[in-house]
Amino acid sequence: MAKVLMKGNEAIGAAAIKAGCKFFFGYPITPQNELPEFMSRELPKIDGVFVQAESEVAAINMIYGAAGAGARTMTSSSSPGMALKQEGISYIAGAELPCVIVNISRGGPGLGGIQPSQADYFQSTRGGGNGDYRHLVYAPSTLQEAVDLTIEAFDIADYYRNPVIVLGDGMIGQMMEPVEFNEPKKRDLPAKDWATTGTEDKRRPNIINSLALDPAELEKHNIKLDNKYKAMEENEVRYEMYKTEGAELIFVAYGTTARIVKNAVDALEAEGIKAGLIRPITLWPFPNKAFNEIPTAKALVSVEMSMGQMIDDVKIANNGKLPVHFYGRTGGMIPTPEAIVEKAKEILGGGK
Amino acid sequence: MAKRRGRVIFQEDRCKGCELCTTVCPVDIVKMNKSKINVKGYHPATVDEMEKCIACANCATICPDVVIKIETIEE
Amino acid sequence: MSTIFERTDGLTDKQFHYCPGCTHGVIHRLVGEVLVELGVLGKAVGVAPVGCSVLAYDYFNCDMHEAAHGRAPAVATGIKRVLPDNVVFTYQGDGDLASIGTAEIIHAAHRGEKFTTIFVNNAIYGMTGGQMAPTTLIGQKATTAPYGRDAATTGMPLRMSEMLATIDGAVFVERVTVHNVAGIRKAKKAIKKAFEVQIAGLGFGIVEILSTCPTNWGITPVESLKWLEENMLPYYPLGNFRTPEEGK
Repeated sequence: MAKVLMKGNEAIGAAAIKAGCKFFFGYPITPQNELPEFMSRELPKIDGVFVQAESEVAAINMIYGAAGAGARTMTSSSSPGMALKQEGISYIAGAELPCVIVNISRGGPGLGGIQPSQADYFQSTRGGGNGDYRHLVYAPSTLQEAVDLTIEAFDIADYYRNPVIVLGDGMIGQMMEPVEFNEPKKRDLPAKDWATTGTEDKRRPNIINSLALDPAELEKHNIKLDNKYKAMEENEVRYEMYKTEGAELIFVAYGTTARIVKNAVDALEAEGIKAGLIRPITLWPFPNKAFNEIPTAKALVSVEMSMGQMIDDVKIANNGKLPVHFYGRTGGMIPTPEAIVEKAKEILGGGK
Repeated sequence: MAKRRGRVIFQEDRCKGCELCTTVCPVDIVKMNKSKINVKGYHPATVDEMEKCIACANCATICPDVVIKIETIEE
Repeated sequence: MSTIFERTDGLTDKQFHYCPGCTHGVIHRLVGEVLVELGVLGKAVGVAPVGCSVLAYDYFNCDMHEAAHGRAPAVATGIKRVLPDNVVFTYQGDGDLASIGTAEIIHAAHRGEKFTTIFVNNAIYGMTGGQMAPTTLIGQKATTAPYGRDAATTGMPLRMSEMLATIDGAVFVERVTVHNVAGIRKAKKAIKKAFEVQIAGLGFGIVEILSTCPTNWGITPVESLKWLEENMLPYYPLGNFRTPEEGK
């Protein structure tokens, strides 16, 4: 399969089309604009449909309709736009609809900035909408991974009938890397006999709905959803262990930051300092088990492009075993390998 | 031309006693049955002088709960 | 002996939860009958957002979506774009369409989305217990306008049909009423026409239907019919504002 040099936003669009997505609903917001632009060029070529909605709120509700009609469908946005979609995502989870939602995140809070950021970790993993709902959150750190995860996200969404978030950042969206488009792992996906394609006077009406005024009914529904989330926690966790064998200091970082941390790990290794990296690929479910695979670790460092959000999950997974440190840059500032090396030495050198 | 006559059939247990049907009958035969209470606790609508019914279906048209069915009787 | 009026197959057998005398039920019947008479019930997909009619998925005998408050036109856009040959409709109240959902309805019309909107205007928020809506009349009392709506602080009631009729994509716009038998018969014609416009693929169609809310108006169902006639008709004139014939 020949590799193609592509910009992240466009590669993700191409991946969605490869996965059979023919319906895209979006809205302009930097730094993800190339994605809807790409879809507006490419979808008409394959009898697909691109709609620029009047807002991110409308876009996510168009997704609700399209997914309920049985289509593979995707939307993308960035941080403030994702905030506007949260109610819709909660409805989609409640109504058990499959879809893929891409967040090319930017600095916040509020209008913030347009540079890369990882300050949407809480929004993505805790869910910004109402009610008990969860959704898989993929955090690619390379464009190839973004492509692979986007393609697979459509199968996961259909398999579990749930939304899936692909969380990149401005860097993932804007940089160019060679990518190829491969078939995902084979999964036997259930037929969408629940979709509202019209009864054709042959069956009882299908209803796409998240309302349940009877509390006993709503609790039963929540338990059913929770079983799905437990299954995701069981089967869909992904992470990478980078040079953690025998490491004293373990970094925890994802996405763009993980690439920078790998450079720091290599630099420390050259100085005879054993450091490693746990790289969550699914932010939810968080790879708790990875923290049982680091017997030689003496300290953990969560490195994020935020003021510290994933660190909460690191502490939960760590369960008090090791001291947990944090290093972060935010607002769109990018951490440097040198600064991360410095932080490591500070911690290992009997620092605070 | 034989005068068209109708028969009004009420699914009494669906009636909510709103009385809208009693306000549109051109021959003023649709009344509330004060001597009866339906399963919802309302006096259901009824027609006593069925012979006067001209099968115009006004009552059925305005009924918000589709309680009323109209049949025509050819003389 | 022949039956000339009976419950349509367009409705399920479930009883409506609406208050006694609420004309939502009449409108449901009209929509159900039209879908059957046009032979499209098997292809119909309806969208009912939050409001008194949020439970409409139990009443229409076709595939249904329950949508977030105000977002039915966006949901319907998604459905129609995926299923262009299906007949898609939204069934919305005034609190939904004329308040939180104004952007969605305006842009569905602006894009000329080929679905049909049934817009029930009863000048109040029903499900939540009688709050003032953008369509509440001046001087009309509501739980959030206890002294009667005051234009100085809440503006004048919104005439959605006139507003939407200025948008090219809204090829069929008509306001009708169901507070009397003649009005109900005309309303059914308008609803049928709106669906025919969709089936012919001409663009977006909307029927605004003046309707009663005895419970939250605080008067009897019979008095509500009179109240609608004396108060709503003057401010919300009936009639057709846009129809494709002009275009031909």
